[in-house]
Amino acid sequence: MTAATLTRAASQAEGHYGFRTVARMEWLKLRSVRSTWWTLIVLAAGMIGLAILVMAHQHWATMSAADRASFDPTSNSYAGLVIGQLAIGVLGVLTVTSEFSSGMIRATLAAVPRRPLVLAAKAAVVAAVTLVAGEILAFAAFVIGEAVLKSPAPHATLGQPGVLRAVLMAGAYPALIGLIGVGLGALIRHTAGAISAVVGVLFVLPLILVPLGTSIQNAAGQFMPMLIAENSLTAVKPVPHSLSPGLGFALLCLYAVAALAAGGWALARRDA
Amino acid sequence: MIEARGLIKHYGPTTAVDNLSFDVRPGTVTGFLGPNGAGKSTTMRLILGLDRPDAGVARINGKSYHDLRWPLREVGALLEVGGSKAFHPGRSARAHLGALAASNAIPRQRVNDVLEITGMGTAADRRAGKFSLGMAQRLGIAAALLGDPAVLLLDEPVNGLDPEGIRWIRGLLKNLAAHGRTVLVSSHLISEVAQTADQLIVIGQGRLLAQTTVAELSARGSLEEAFFSLTERSTEYSADCNYRSVS
Repeated sequence: MTAATLTRAASQAEGHYGFRTVARMEWLKLRSVRSTWWTLIVLAAGMIGLAILVMAHQHWATMSAADRASFDPTSNSYAGLVIGQLAIGVLGVLTVTSEFSSGMIRATLAAVPRRPLVLAAKAAVVAAVTLVAGEILAFAAFVIGEAVLKSPAPHATLGQPGVLRAVLMAGAYPALIGLIGVGLGALIRHTAGAISAVVGVLFVLPLILVPLGTSIQNAAGQFMPMLIAENSLTAVKPVPHSLSPGLGFALLCLYAVAALAAGGWALARRDA
Repeated sequence: MIEARGLIKHYGPTTAVDNLSFDVRPGTVTGFLGPNGAGKSTTMRLILGLDRPDAGVARINGKSYHDLRWPLREVGALLEVGGSKAFHPGRSARAHLGALAASNAIPRQRVNDVLEITGMGTAADRRAGKFSLGMAQRLGIAAALLGDPAVLLLDEPVNGLDPEGIRWIRGLLKNLAAHGRTVLVSSHLISEVAQTADQLIVIGQGRLLAQTTVAELSARGSLEEAFFSLTERSTEYSADCNYRSVS
């Protein structure tokens, strides 16, 4: 036994834990597990890989007039968001569900009994990390995509109207899906169940619309996260039957807030 | 100082804790005894605010756990039930303790201190999921000691420890109490608790059976017989010891 256990720290009294100390804990937790880095690698590989794949295979010479008219060299650089969104959704889910499956949640809540604060700090850290990664990758995917696109296909530059906005929104999209993952993770608590819910929202809902016919598909599809990403956020040329970029972005923010509110409510209410 | 007043907790149709009141005082080790399923772990979860009681309150130094300003600096807890640990298997012991320390603004140096106190030195940077039961238990105890708290709640701390580890934890508990801390240690074995505790809280089927001392209980004769006579009507399962041959 060393003296350290025996003399109680003098620095006891002042202040109390708060958002800053709890966010620091969540940051240390996030960076110290491998799954964080794996999911970010998948995001990077998906966004860069598909930007190259899709943009290098645009054959302007054989495109129909209609295809040429609707060709959007910015939006086409972001095919990788389809893969990236899943990786970051899983990252968001795991930051919560891995705590429940391992029992870590008991240590977390014993350290920070104010549960909504725990979820808020988790959400802030996941959002910050995935936003930084997303924006860097969005610019990289744009630059690489334009570089591999063969002339005479028209190229986009950041100076053109709407292009910078599309790039910035593409970079923010993974973070918003990550937040939906955090919220669903807190609501569902089980990894498999929460990941299924994320996959359901991102991939299954749009598929359910297919047999319902074109008019319903057009009307409802514009509210689906993945279609908002493809047709609203990253689009420089407006796509029919889709929300404006600003409206699409606002709707995704609303989804994230709703998922976090539901998760925060469940976390605060249920026994841990 | 821990106070429980009229704690009640139901899980569906089961009553896990049934109108439980007791005090745990500083400066002494208090044993929290009862057969398996008596409600010891549930009571500790209620004290720590992990589960919400259906009625009653638990207070630590006069405050509910939820209102503590620096929970880890006031209360240390070891809550490890069955195979479920209170750490992420992919994180190293050092990273686990470092993250918890950050939440309560505990100096970084303290992580090294508790790693040394619990004898984890060389294992500190390995992934905690690879730990033996004994090493996992030491990590749990290191986390409990992290904030140098005045109140400690330890649920079956000797579980998984080897004889040397058991001797170490007994010494640690006595030492913590001797320095004026409040120490509550649960066990289902009276013989184990009697090695360290002076005060005893005995529960069965979620009810308080006795708040007594080891000295008082041993005055009634054999410690184990006295414990069995207290708890015999509240064990989860009872087996008939008398084997009769079937003819």
